Amino acid sequence: MATKPSLAVFKFASCDGCQLSLLDAEDELLAVAGAVDIAYFLEARTQQVGGPYDIGLVEGSITTPHDAERIQEIRKQCRFLVSIGACATAGGIQSLKNWADVNDFIHRVYAHPEYIKTLSTSTPIADHVKVDIELRGCPINKYQLVELITALVHGRKPRFPSYAVCVECKRRQVVCVAVAQGIACLGPVTQAGCGVICPAFNRDCYGCFGPKENSNPNSLVQHDAANGIPRDHLVRLLRNFNAGASEFRLASDHMERSVSQS
Amino acid sequence: MPGVPAHIGAFHTIGVDQLQLLLNALQSRGYRTIAPRIMDGAIVYSEIAKIEQLPVGVIDRQDGGTYRLEKVPTSGYFDYVVGPQSLKGYLFPPRETLLKSVRKNGDWQFTVPPVEAPPLAVLGVRSCDLHALAIQDKVFLGGPYVDPGYQARRQNLFLVAVNCRRAAATCFCHSMNTGPAARQGFDLALTELSPDFLIEVGSPSGGELVAELQLAPATPRQVEEGRVISDLLVAELQGRAAKASNEVSAPAESPGASGTTPPIRERFLDTTNIHGLLLGNLEHPRWQETAERCLACSNCTMVCPTCFCAAVEDVSDLSGDNVRRERAWDSCFTAEHSTMNTGTVRKTTASRYRQWLTHKLATWHEQFGTSGCVGCGRCITWCPVGIDLTEEVVAIRDHDGAKARNEV
Ligand code: SF4
Ligand code: SF4
Ligand code: SF4
Ligand code: SF4
Repeated sequence: MATKPSLAVFKFASCDGCQLSLLDAEDELLAVAGAVDIAYFLEARTQQVGGPYDIGLVEGSITTPHDAERIQEIRKQCRFLVSIGACATAGGIQSLKNWADVNDFIHRVYAHPEYIKTLSTSTPIADHVKVDIELRGCPINKYQLVELITALVHGRKPRFPSYAVCVECKRRQVVCVAVAQGIACLGPVTQAGCGVICPAFNRDCYGCFGPKENSNPNSLVQHDAANGIPRDHLVRLLRNFNAGASEFRLASDHMERSVSQS
Repeated sequence: MPGVPAHIGAFHTIGVDQLQLLLNALQSRGYRTIAPRIMDGAIVYSEIAKIEQLPVGVIDRQDGGTYRLEKVPTSGYFDYVVGPQSLKGYLFPPRETLLKSVRKNGDWQFTVPPVEAPPLAVLGVRSCDLHALAIQDKVFLGGPYVDPGYQARRQNLFLVAVNCRRAAATCFCHSMNTGPAARQGFDLALTELSPDFLIEVGSPSGGELVAELQLAPATPRQVEEGRVISDLLVAELQGRAAKASNEVSAPAESPGASGTTPPIRERFLDTTNIHGLLLGNLEHPRWQETAERCLACSNCTMVCPTCFCAAVEDVSDLSGDNVRRERAWDSCFTAEHSTMNTGTVRKTTASRYRQWLTHKLATWHEQFGTSGCVGCGRCITWCPVGIDLTEEVVAIRDHDGAKARNEV
């Protein structure tokens, strides 16, 4: 890209934490602002420039009919569309509604349910439009975000690992909490990139980066259950920020069926 | 006054107080002293200043996917065996910058960062890990391409071995001819006789230290006592195969079955014709069965003291003017490891597990003239789902497709 590429940041159903990671990249922020032209970013600037954009970062999941229309328009406006964070890549924690009756929620929560227009599901961006790159995590990792922008500015592929959190965990020589303490840890089925925040603090990984490639959560939770970890705990462990990611969803459904049978 | 250095193969005795003097002597020669310590529920290697920091009176219980420390007051200074770490991380660091390049006015300048090789003295190294080190030496120092960082660190390494008095259920050094007694590759080797230790000299610098500390020569009786400790453990490890074949092969427990806990499997490995066995069974259904359990998480390779795979990546900053070439531990269980411009070669977990096991136990022989496995058992213990290579070999041997084909 000869001139500075333009960057736009869009939000759907989410907590804003991922976009804030960009502002949180304090040391790199000036360099980022120098390398790209931040054209549309409601959290960061008062004036917004219209499309088209070179890079579109999309945070959040699709939960309303209006969202479903808006994402189509955004896709048309962006050369590279990047979904950022567990909401955008897997539907987020709000995808728990996929297992429940949304009308029941609406009637319990709102005095005037007739004003609420919502979909019965929370779905990732890639279910609606073609996504070029995914940035995982709840929230995303700022080094990965900077790597993404660096790669796009220089016209190369970003280096994002697809392997397990365990690889990073062992490189950091953290003692495995699963093996040494019998704690159910989702590290072996979760994609690396967070820098092993949780096991380094002597606790389990709860899978906020979503499934790794060739993820096999079924085997892991069956093993944990055989070692006495309660099955309902394992269902909840998988139904977290990435509950909607298909590997985690299928394994949690499978485990749930075995709870009801036992 | 330091006398004549003790000769290689000489046995002396050393008391616990004198072990502290040994540490002091190593430190005064500029060594950082590393020894087993307890961290987060496991024995790890860490810097040590005082002998009291050793995990005395602690043993480890290891099995597939589980590791627990237990206090056993009657046990000695070194009665746990190997933890998750080996010497690997000290010689072949998990991450290392190989090259730095800076672009100034359109010109690239390349600098090789100076090798970091602080002298290290490691206390408590087991025989299996000494053999693993000899294998890594072949990988990093043999052939035309010598790894300069590994070489510098290797030259600055002083090793105080310990002869095991007990084995974990996951240990099978005896099957691999790598233990339990340390025979070579150390500077000094300790055997705990309680209260004193027998100390064997393995190198000239080890001999100098023994002389400097004016350690008393061991009596023939003490040397014999040390030998008996190793012989008893050998007998126990040898007996595992016989014990297993005597046990009526009970039907496998269904996972989670309440009531009886299955007895802990005491590992051994029948290596008879293992090269032909594994390479003759590349289409064995067991690979797929194991892939259904395997997470392709790479833990087995990360903890293996002989696995040497690494990924080399160029990391640039946003300007593109500063680039670091980084090498980090990699594994044949990652997709990246076999990804080329045409895509990933080993897409399935079955193909990755098969690659790992056949390399480790079979094709390593062609490549390096040795097995890639020293029987330390780490890959069994630290596999989150307890996949056990010794069981895999049994499963393949029990239904040996190659043999069946030959008999038709
Ligand atoms: S602590 Fe978790 S992430 Fe780390 S190696 Fe163990 S299972 Fe993997
Ligand atoms: S260890 Fe797991 S849960 Fe914790 S930050 Fe990393 S990916 Fe998320
Ligand atoms: S393959 Fe397993 S038992 Fe053999 S040396 Fe490696 S970690 Fe140890
Ligand atoms: S054998 Fe075990 S440790 Fe190795 S990749 Fe498979 S699940 Fe992970």
